[in-house]
Amino acid sequence: MDFGFKISPSSAVNLDNVDLSLYDRLHEVEPDIAKCIACGSCSASCPAGRFSGMSMRKVILDLQRGRQKEAVKMLSGCMLCGKCLMVCPRGINTRHLILAICKLYGED
Amino acid sequence: MIYQGKQKIWADYQKEIPDDHWYYVRSCIRQNFFPGSEKMFLEICRNVLHKDFHENESHTTCGGIAYHCDTIPQETVMTIVARQFALMTESGYENYVASCITSFGNYIEILETWNEFPELEAKIRELLWKACRREFKKPKYVAHASDLIYKYRNLIAEKAKYRLVNRFTGEPLKVVEHIGCHYSKMFPSKGVGGAEYPYVLCGMIEAWGGNVIDYPERRHCCGYGFRQYHVKANRGYSISNTHKKFESMEPYHPDMIITNCPGCPYFLDRWQYVIAEMEGKTYGENGYGIPVFTYEEVAGLVLGYDPWDLGLQLHQVAVEPLLDKMGIEYDPKRKYEGLNHKDLMRPELPGVLKCC
Repeated sequence: MDFGFKISPSSAVNLDNVDLSLYDRLHEVEPDIAKCIACGSCSASCPAGRFSGMSMRKVILDLQRGRQKEAVKMLSGCMLCGKCLMVCPRGINTRHLILAICKLYGED
Repeated sequence: MIYQGKQKIWADYQKEIPDDHWYYVRSCIRQNFFPGSEKMFLEICRNVLHKDFHENESHTTCGGIAYHCDTIPQETVMTIVARQFALMTESGYENYVASCITSFGNYIEILETWNEFPELEAKIRELLWKACRREFKKPKYVAHASDLIYKYRNLIAEKAKYRLVNRFTGEPLKVVEHIGCHYSKMFPSKGVGGAEYPYVLCGMIEAWGGNVIDYPERRHCCGYGFRQYHVKANRGYSISNTHKKFESMEPYHPDMIITNCPGCPYFLDRWQYVIAEMEGKTYGENGYGIPVFTYEEVAGLVLGYDPWDLGLQLHQVAVEPLLDKMGIEYDPKRKYEGLNHKDLMRPELPGVLKCC
């Protein structure tokens, strides 16, 4: 029946139903990913962010929540300039991390 | 955590509720949605527990719906509320109990605003005098009607004819409690248990034998949210919120939902029909929905009142499966029989949601 409005799908992520095996492998390759405090310095300094929606902070959070497609899609906006690497207060080699994500999650 | 420390923190979330002598104000919408609830509240307080509850036929809306829909300014709401307080003062009462959660939130918000800005209170006193030549004293205590039933919960349990127990299995019924947002989310210190651990309905459920379900979206809004529903373009947002709650509580197989707000039971009840029609999904057993009740209706059921006198025939989701589980006797033929055997007529049955 059409009531003139629709139900939007919930954006809630049920972590019990998420497959994090790829993330665990990424964590083995790049243990630094666990050091991220989601401060957003990387996203704030990203020159591509304003034009492509690229945000390293969101990529890491998406991977931790099993939203791989969204994370990998977002990474396609990265130019590997390395500015995020310079500003990270936790000293994470974000450039290396991005390359590792691309390799593991099958992105060129 | 050290036990004494925990006790001290919990003590901060308690609320002083006087035992007797209350001035009662009704809700604008509850008598249309759940016609037996307010009647049952007064019936229980006056005739079962023999307390002094007074109401005045001159009282009006508190203006809360218009205020939260952004159609009238706060000064107007304040003047309306000041008139209600004037009626209370004229009746000789100092304790003020509201039937509606939004009214309760509204009264608390206004009293707190007047405490912070006394010049505004003086202005409202002047406006009230100009408008209707009335004066008022601020209430000593403001409570929501569910606070009172919470306070009397053990007295009700002593007189109970039925308990919230499944008579087939002997297990306590699995009950979802839903607290109206305006109860303690705005002023946590004014509700029993504060905003994070509101105990007002849990206390009733536990005292009457049920088991409270804790589910992820327990403190989420029912979806009404005033502008979310009243603006037709936003109704998809309203039902999406309700849908999210039902999806979250579904794995716990609740037997019933108890609420303490006028809007929440209405939307949790009626949206189940809409979700069933839109998505073909029902959340109860065997194609039925999850019955939704106000706390007065549950108190009435527990005390042994006739379900049809409580107005349960006006619910969208059929209540009969729950009545059977509790072992409450009812006459199906009397379901749509009004006062003096007047035929209330049968509603059209929904396509998906199973009804009796």
